[in-house]
Amino acid sequence: MKCQYCDKPATFHITELTQPGGPQILHLCEHHARTVLQKEAPSPIKTITGALAKQLQLGQTKEELQKLDKKECPSCGITFFEFRNSGRLGCPMDYTHFESDLTPLLINIHDSLEHTGKRPSRAAANVDAQAELISLRKAMEAAVQNEDYETASQIRDKINEIQGDPKHPGYVPPSENDDADSEESASGEGGGL
Amino acid sequence: MKQATDLSVLVKNSGEWLKGTGPESDIVISSRIRLARNLAGFPFIKKCSDDDRRKIERQVRTRLEALAGWDDIQYVDIDSLAEVDRQFLVERQLISREIAEAEGSRAVAIDPGEQYSVMINEEDHLRLQVMHSGLDLISAWEQMDKLDDAIEGELLYAFHPRFGYLTACPTNVGTGLRVSVMLHLPGLVITQQIEKVFRSMQRINVTVRGLYGEGSQYTGDFYQVSNQVTLGHTERELLTMVGEEVVPRIIDYERKARDFLMEKGEQDLLDDVSRALGILSTARKISSEETMHYLSKVRMGVNLGLIDDVEVATINKLFIHTQPAHLQKLQGRMLTTSDRHIERANYLQRHLRDSGSLPEELN
Ligand SMILES: [Zn+2]
Ligand SMILES: [Zn+2]
Repeated sequence: MKCQYCDKPATFHITELTQPGGPQILHLCEHHARTVLQKEAPSPIKTITGALAKQLQLGQTKEELQKLDKKECPSCGITFFEFRNSGRLGCPMDYTHFESDLTPLLINIHDSLEHTGKRPSRAAANVDAQAELISLRKAMEAAVQNEDYETASQIRDKINEIQGDPKHPGYVPPSENDDADSEESASGEGGGL
Repeated sequence: MKQATDLSVLVKNSGEWLKGTGPESDIVISSRIRLARNLAGFPFIKKCSDDDRRKIERQVRTRLEALAGWDDIQYVDIDSLAEVDRQFLVERQLISREIAEAEGSRAVAIDPGEQYSVMINEEDHLRLQVMHSGLDLISAWEQMDKLDDAIEGELLYAFHPRFGYLTACPTNVGTGLRVSVMLHLPGLVITQQIEKVFRSMQRINVTVRGLYGEGSQYTGDFYQVSNQVTLGHTERELLTMVGEEVVPRIIDYERKARDFLMEKGEQDLLDDVSRALGILSTARKISSEETMHYLSKVRMGVNLGLIDDVEVATINKLFIHTQPAHLQKLQGRMLTTSDRHIERANYLQRHLRDSGSLPEELN
């Protein structure tokens, strides 16, 4: 028997016992067996496309799905189509921008929508501020690309201003800031809840 | 924290988690906890520019450098490593294959006992891993929880009040927690009950993946059980699900299968494991599949008291140290596949012939 991914003989036979599809057997050469076994989550793309296919069956029309595919995150620019094909989101804001589209998917995968576990000790990030930072970074890069260094430096100042304000949710303490010269702000503690 | 320029320290040692100690270590190889975290204010890796990645790496590195008690931690810049070194870290289970094969700024911080590691710029900005020997999830989690708090410090994690810790892949969102237990189940494989056992567990939210052989083909007999969902349960609930509801049942089945095999034909079993040990300690050329197959039998033989002069820790170590990149690092040079077969056989001989009487330093 040959390996499923190349012409070498299949010496490893791996069962993926994932629910609800039942066991699936892979026949692989040594190299591909290692690749498969050392991957962490069993094929998230499959989980995601499976869940999306179910959504389609549950009354979402083709037109609706086509429209959804074109939807784009204003922060990182990822389209829903891109996400669907890679199984990976583009930025933390996508959970907000695509919230209603991701909801059925999350229910399908986790059977839940509510995080009940641990929370970060610092102020739970203000969603708008995070989005703002990501957009600013993107705009700054675009300005640099266009050799518009004046705009780029203005945006950079704005980013530094946000990151330099301890009360701002996007605040990055000076020790971790890229420009180590901003030493004035004392400490980043006191985020509260 | 020290910047490691080569991996010589790691090559000489072997991880804590291979010691073969801890609860149920005759069946459970290791307990592993992994957390996914992302920094707020940056896109996920897929949409990161090279500059974003460098900034993330620098921010996290600065944070790690500021941690107390981290003087002995080795910091490895994965991007500048040779391929064999990256492969070595994958075999050692200190980094994932994904990060080994990715491009751009990425790194890993490793503690000297190899109990925990922190990957930077994997699929998520941060991937924290804690690995213990045997079935030891609770204490592994407690160590992880502290590590997570310490690293978070002044970093701002991407967090959603409803969805929890935000991750690049929605399959990890919420706790970002993956709990995995690696099991050695030769008894269930020999008695052909393995599929039945796992099928009976399909309604539980766990994923099982395994490596096994067909008929007389080579067998590894190793299976990994992990939680499937990450959202909607607390960390403790996920630990309980894997560590108290699922794994003990599988352990129980495996013990019954071993008892059955011993009762039915102790002599056959003794013959089988003795031959396996014989091949491993006398072969002149051996592939890694064949090595795994026989090591698995020897491991069971040791745990059943059929072989008494080999340590479980030695067997566990051999599983890792006979892999391609390890052989090459131990030899200090690149080896072709056929050279590796010879070198692997040499390595096994040195460790298994009159084992027990050979001092560690000579190995
Ligand atoms: Zn192949
Ligand atoms: Zn986005």
